[in-house]
Amino acid sequence: MSEPILSVKDMKVWFDVRDDAAGGIFPKTKKLKAVDGVTFDLMPGETLGIVGESGCGKSTLARSIIRLVKATSGEAVWMGRDLLSLSDADMLAVRKDIQMIFQDPLASLNPRMTCGEIIAEPLKTHFKGMGKTERREKVKAMLEKVGMDPSQINRYPHEFSGGQCQRIGIARALITNPKLIICDEPVSALDVSVQAQVVNLLMALQKELGISLLFIAHDLSVVKHISDRIMVLYFGNVVEIGTSQQVIEQPKHAYTQKLIASIPIPDPRKEMARRKVRRAERAAS
Amino acid sequence: MNTVTEVKGRSLWSDARRRFFQNKAAVAGLIALTAIVLISFIGPFFAVWSFEEIDWNTMGSAATLGRPSFETGHFFGTDDLGRDIYSRVLQGTQISLKVGVIGAAIAVIVGTVYGTVAGYVGGRTDQIMMRIVDILMSIPFMFVLILLLVIFGRSETMIFVGIGMLAWLDMSRIVRGQTLTLKNKEFVEAARATGVNTPTIIRRHIVPNLLGIVAIYATLLVPLMILTESFISFLGLGVQEPNTSWGALISEGAGTIRYDTEWQLLFPLAFFVVTLFSFFFIGDGLRDALDPKDR
Repeated sequence: MSEPILSVKDMKVWFDVRDDAAGGIFPKTKKLKAVDGVTFDLMPGETLGIVGESGCGKSTLARSIIRLVKATSGEAVWMGRDLLSLSDADMLAVRKDIQMIFQDPLASLNPRMTCGEIIAEPLKTHFKGMGKTERREKVKAMLEKVGMDPSQINRYPHEFSGGQCQRIGIARALITNPKLIICDEPVSALDVSVQAQVVNLLMALQKELGISLLFIAHDLSVVKHISDRIMVLYFGNVVEIGTSQQVIEQPKHAYTQKLIASIPIPDPRKEMARRKVRRAERAAS
Repeated sequence: MNTVTEVKGRSLWSDARRRFFQNKAAVAGLIALTAIVLISFIGPFFAVWSFEEIDWNTMGSAATLGRPSFETGHFFGTDDLGRDIYSRVLQGTQISLKVGVIGAAIAVIVGTVYGTVAGYVGGRTDQIMMRIVDILMSIPFMFVLILLLVIFGRSETMIFVGIGMLAWLDMSRIVRGQTLTLKNKEFVEAARATGVNTPTIIRRHIVPNLLGIVAIYATLLVPLMILTESFISFLGLGVQEPNTSWGALISEGAGTIRYDTEWQLLFPLAFFVVTLFSFFFIGDGLRDALDPKDR
């Protein structure tokens, strides 16, 4: 197999939090180990799904890779260079290749900017010499690519639906031709039918452009659909990592098994039957 | 692709403008304020007497000869020295508005810059910057201002400096609070993730989202500045004769109210009250327009 595009080694992110139990005049701090030694590789063009319950460190892990959160220790090797020890200027150059999509589609867009200005922002940052008209043409082409009407370029975020806002977010992430997109729960704020549209759009774009995705979600059924491999996190640790099929069909770890058992089945009869079995199990034990 | 007609977006500003103009009190305030500003600049062309000219005929007998009348050219009457109240009110309006607007402008600029930097940078810088504000706030500024005016002499610049110093403190606190909530929004994180530098983030993402609050506060600040100046002038420490301001005029008028010269008090007072009301109504209208959820 080829070289990994990103390999994260023993990543640790610890936060200082106030220890209220300790007492005393000066608040003592204790360590909150949000991410505690995570290691994984990401291949070019691959989608790695990261799942786990709320607060297990999925988002913190993603943010620490692009230095939105300071990592306590560890390495994130991006094409041979450790991102965590790069100078700010070198990091800026790398940011062009790593973009991010956020959870809340509306909150991730500045309400005072038009959608054209929002999508153009990475271009303004990384291609300083680009002219205004060229930038506008690129933004319009990108709008079309994410399935939106380019004539909407002057509209403001509050004039779009949640799904459209997320498409704008995707357009913003794609405009610099990145090699990796970190998707931080990109669909969990959308309703189910729109979720499917956005996920399919992401998959189609990935196939077309050959980008790698780091896809964070707490909804296993979405992750199963989009990912090549799945990593399960629990309290900042990797519980299980393997191909999508492996993890879903033959989960090894007890936590993964529980997580999979919690996926609702979209068929009331089967769901009822399953619940009955579970209730019986609980009664027996 | 250029052939597609681009749909024009409806920005939050244009929404706010529409809501503002639906608010009758605010529009009335805006009209009244515009009228007062226009009168203060156009009015002097119609004046028969200038604001420092003394009408020797009415001097000393203001209560009888100095009544408001069109024949003598003293539309608003005269003061005890025989000076034309009409001209003096217009001149005072100019000075008072200037003090109010410049004072508020200093507060807006200094307060916004200071507050956003403190809020956005955060951590120890924030702590130090806000503690400085706390310390400055604990100083009784009216006292300091009076001392400054006594020591360095009465001048307009001194009043601007004094009032500006006083006003930016509250502004910076409000702006800092807003910045703290804004900086954790995802769109700011998105900008940081793409590598936009800090000054640009503050300029492009933080400040435009603060402007609503700042605009509201600024319109409420202008009357406060005018009140402060009036108070200082009322104490006799404000602008220097023959220049005048509302505070000084009201003070003089109040001093002579027992001698049947009520116009010396009522005309400047009317201008003063109408302006303050206008500003408060406009501020109120702006708040409703920019923050429709907060109603």
